Amino acid sequence: MSTVVQETAAGRRPRWTRGRLVMLGGALLLALLWLLPLAWALATSFKPESETTETGFQWIGSYLTLDAYRAVWESGNITRWMFNTAYIATVTTVLTVALTAMAAYGFSRTEFRGRRTLYGLVLAGIMVPPQVLIAPLFAEMVSLGLVDTYWGVILPQVAVPAMVFILVKFFEGVPRELEEAAYVDGAGRWRVFWQIVLPLSRPVLAAVAIFTFIQTWNNFLWPFLVTTDPNAMTLPVGLVNVQSTYGVRYAQVMASVIIGGLPLLVVFAFFQRQIVRGVAHTGLAGQ
Amino acid sequence: MTTTTPGELTAPAEPAPPKAPPPATVRRHWSEHGLVFTLPFLVVYGLFLVWPLLSGIRMSLTNADIAGTRSDYIGFDNYAEALTDPDVWSSLWNTLWFTLLSTVPLVVVGLVLALLAHHLRVVAWLWRLSWFAPFLLPSGVVCLLWLWVIYPSDFGFADQLLAEFGLHPGIGWLTDTRYAMLSVVLTTIWWTVGFNFLLYLAALQSIPQHLYEAAELDGAGAWHRLRHITLPQLRSTTGVVLVLQLLASLKIFDQVYIMTGGGPDESTRPILQYVYQSGFTGYRIGYASAISYIFFALIVIVSLIQLRITRRRREENAL
Repeated sequence: MSTVVQETAAGRRPRWTRGRLVMLGGALLLALLWLLPLAWALATSFKPESETTETGFQWIGSYLTLDAYRAVWESGNITRWMFNTAYIATVTTVLTVALTAMAAYGFSRTEFRGRRTLYGLVLAGIMVPPQVLIAPLFAEMVSLGLVDTYWGVILPQVAVPAMVFILVKFFEGVPRELEEAAYVDGAGRWRVFWQIVLPLSRPVLAAVAIFTFIQTWNNFLWPFLVTTDPNAMTLPVGLVNVQSTYGVRYAQVMASVIIGGLPLLVVFAFFQRQIVRGVAHTGLAGQ
Repeated sequence: MTTTTPGELTAPAEPAPPKAPPPATVRRHWSEHGLVFTLPFLVVYGLFLVWPLLSGIRMSLTNADIAGTRSDYIGFDNYAEALTDPDVWSSLWNTLWFTLLSTVPLVVVGLVLALLAHHLRVVAWLWRLSWFAPFLLPSGVVCLLWLWVIYPSDFGFADQLLAEFGLHPGIGWLTDTRYAMLSVVLTTIWWTVGFNFLLYLAALQSIPQHLYEAAELDGAGAWHRLRHITLPQLRSTTGVVLVLQLLASLKIFDQVYIMTGGGPDESTRPILQYVYQSGFTGYRIGYASAISYIFFALIVIVSLIQLRITRRRREENAL
């Protein structure tokens, strides 16, 4: 599976026939169509506020200004939300990878009473969309006193049974002989898990981590429900929450959109291949 | 997000064929500590998935409010009320309508983009950047962008683009009941088609090259190769993409809530937003739970259909 997204096979590029040129034209047009909204947001964010509602397709205002960015930055909230989101996404990712990897190892490599039943229970959970649980989960958070806390946002996002399933499938493909040799040499179970199984599983662990991080960074519904204090909000929630305070300050809204979208886009620019592979892997694991 | 959890709804892998038992010293290790490894996950899973799932059922049989001041058992009254509540039916209909409108274009456009990127074999980064990168943006960012600079009448980007072609409709993209749902669909396509694009691209790249070489020797044209090799080879991927997309579309909430708030005239309000309104702004969390379970039933039906299809396909493949 990890080789699914290969770079173009054998590097053999067909010649530029007329058909391929037409395809290229079509593809470029579509790419443009996808990039234009982002470009327009960027352009708007650099305009003076008074010119943002002019018609006639002005890409650049009478002068370029960073006023909108300054205003957004000085409101102070956005740095706080950025920190909250980064913290929550990081902790969720680390916890998810650790807990699901351990659980998957337990389910695929050990025998204990009730193992099959418990694994069946975990698999059944794949069918439960988190959205169905919002009401009882919120009530639970109220009684645990976790509303408006990091843990309140994090914990429900950690229990992802699909990730256990993906990892179990991977571990089942790891040859047992490697581990058995280590046991014969006197290694304990934890050492085998830590020094043999985990290093062998790096690609699939990376895929799970990447997917979890993106998902948590972008999640809207749950953080939106469980946070009401602006200081506890994540970036996606905070941005939506303050749009009314900006009123119709288009340049400022677009500046906050750009700031809010930038972190993951920068990460994407650096790790394009890993991200593409990770998302394709976890996405296709259902096959 | 509208994306689904990966690997959703897949049948458990077939158990491995029995092997000769390993020597006793080794076997001892297989049986130790098993529960210790699974316990941390099971605790979190039990507390934040199984427990709310069960307590939600109990809650749906009460008149509980969000403040927890009352919680009396009222039997199936909530369900009876939900089934006669016109708002439940209209928001269920909106959810299905959005699912119908969005699923086909999201799958087809994803496939077309993947075919283009795969066959062109140049500037792969450009295709990934333009079609996949929007998928990495938070829904809040995407929706504010479309709400404030793409969809406003006249000076909005969409209207200005139409004006370039000599049209000047002054469309109420999000405020006219005729267009609001379509606009939500359009934004969703722009935002999430990259996921399907990626799955198709991965599938295209794993089609064995020799199939094409053989066809080329036979003198098959490009159209013939597409129709008789590529598309048949993509069949199982299409099944997966289709179901993932159906499930994702049924869970629509963010785009509608942020861009239209369910309006105009509740014409875009999906079922999840009605759950939110009943429970979190209407304080009737017992009633909201009941609606959640009706929605859950819908999801389970789609999932079971998918499970059947997967199983049949697996049997076909086994033959």
